[in-house]
Amino acid sequence: MSSNTIRFSKTHEWARRDGDQIVVGITNYAVDQLNREIVFVELPEVGKNVKQGETFGVIEAVKTASDLYAPMSGEIIESNMLVSDNPNLVAEDPEGAGWLIKIGPSDWSEWEQLLDSEEYQTYIQSEEHH
Amino acid sequence: MLAAIGAASIESLYGELVPEAISTGAEKIQFPPPMAEPELLDHLRDLASRNTAVTQIVSFLGGGCYEHFIPAALDAIVGRSEFVTAYTPYQPEASQGTLQAFFEYQTLMARLYAMDVSNASLYDGASALGEAVLLALSVHPERRRVVVPFLLHPHYKAVLHTYLKHLGVEIFEIPECNGRTDYDRLRNAAEQEAAAVVVAQPNFFGILEESDEFERAARASDALLIAVADPLSLALVKPPGEYGADIAVGEGQPLGMRPYCGGETLGIFTCRAAYMRRMPGRVVGMTKDRNGKRGFVLTLQTREQHIRREKATSNICTNHAHNALRATVFLSLLGPQGLLRLARLCARNLALFRKKLGEISPSALVHSVPAFRETVIRLKRPARDVCEKMVERGFFAGVPLDIMGPSYEEFLLVSVTDRRKDEEIQSFVNALKDFI
Repeated sequence: MSSNTIRFSKTHEWARRDGDQIVVGITNYAVDQLNREIVFVELPEVGKNVKQGETFGVIEAVKTASDLYAPMSGEIIESNMLVSDNPNLVAEDPEGAGWLIKIGPSDWSEWEQLLDSEEYQTYIQSEEHH
Repeated sequence: MLAAIGAASIESLYGELVPEAISTGAEKIQFPPPMAEPELLDHLRDLASRNTAVTQIVSFLGGGCYEHFIPAALDAIVGRSEFVTAYTPYQPEASQGTLQAFFEYQTLMARLYAMDVSNASLYDGASALGEAVLLALSVHPERRRVVVPFLLHPHYKAVLHTYLKHLGVEIFEIPECNGRTDYDRLRNAAEQEAAAVVVAQPNFFGILEESDEFERAARASDALLIAVADPLSLALVKPPGEYGADIAVGEGQPLGMRPYCGGETLGIFTCRAAYMRRMPGRVVGMTKDRNGKRGFVLTLQTREQHIRREKATSNICTNHAHNALRATVFLSLLGPQGLLRLARLCARNLALFRKKLGEISPSALVHSVPAFRETVIRLKRPARDVCEKMVERGFFAGVPLDIMGPSYEEFLLVSVTDRRKDEEIQSFVNALKDFI
């Protein structure tokens, strides 16, 4: 994937640029942290507005639950119903069919604040050493 | 530590929690000299004998805590050592019996309230309402208001106030109109943009509300509908699940608990499946072990504080285990027919009381709308004085309604349960004659 079209947050969400929208999911690294066994995902209603860095939902593994944080501000265009019905799709294909939401960003300058692929790899390596 | 949490001193940290009389007056409290064991037992017996139990007098007390029939088999079953010795009986390896009892309790409550799920119980009805409102606020985090009827139990209102006072959430009260909530005012409450609308069914005066009015008010503003419903009344009255309640709570005391010292209590908490993962407290689920055999375990624990930390809806990580067991055994012994007969007996006895009272003083009957096991009567002098006089005549006459405000000083809440005999009701009405 070209580094121009995918970016990452320090809270382990990815955002892929798709025309005037972004598709958002959690990274393969995040799924590893959740022991690759997702039992429940709570996603926002379409039309709701989110702010960069604020929670937009919850993801639950067997023994833990984590908040999901919006990588960019904007309006929720779509929530992935396939994931609501089959949460483990996130574990099986986190950066593909297991996407979570689509956002119509209100401020594209926020895109530049996200990490590119290389920066994210460096970031998770430093996380692992902690 | 004090500096880290921003408190000036230990005294200022505890200031709000410890009444001044205790924090500054402790050294003034004079304790009697030590007593020997036999002496102490005599002393305690003497203190206990100053109480009048409902078994020693004819009681018409109610207001949220009632004297109902309790089958003798109930104490025999729940008194078994397997049930009374276990504390925090949540380990599936050691506690299949209690976990199964809680699972059955949840099933019974979900069916009684016609809701999707129940937890394994909370402490009492009032805190169950507090938790229900917190859940509603978590669904609507941008909303800072809850709509409650004036005719909600005053203790519940006080507990709700404690729950909400530091959250910046306003309690918007809908006034009374002839013993029921003022439905015109309720309709206008939609513009309050509340997180929740609360209905008390029956209300504090024992009167049945038009539950559909509350459902409409909640839907009009996309608020959650929270029902506070008496479990025994549900044998006769439409259950919360059938009038659109999103959360239904109640006080479980009528289900096999005695009214001593204000009652052993049980917080019933049920909700729709959509809110299951925001539900407070413990939940027991049925599963299979590795050999495919049925087993019971705590489930949905990711909701709870030990996992979800500060994001948990609730900080309650326990239940009223023994009282939930009492309710389970009580309902199992009575069955649906027994519960219906018990509820009918309450309604029948209340009707008899109203008829007898109406014969001697129609004006003493304040409301003419359907009620369950309680009714408000009008007296010619303050109800509190009348209650004192009635004790001398062998009756606990009821709950004085001055707790609802000074304009209710001469009103008395009279509860007539299945325990009252016809001749007791007649002699009670005769004894009231001088005051109505």
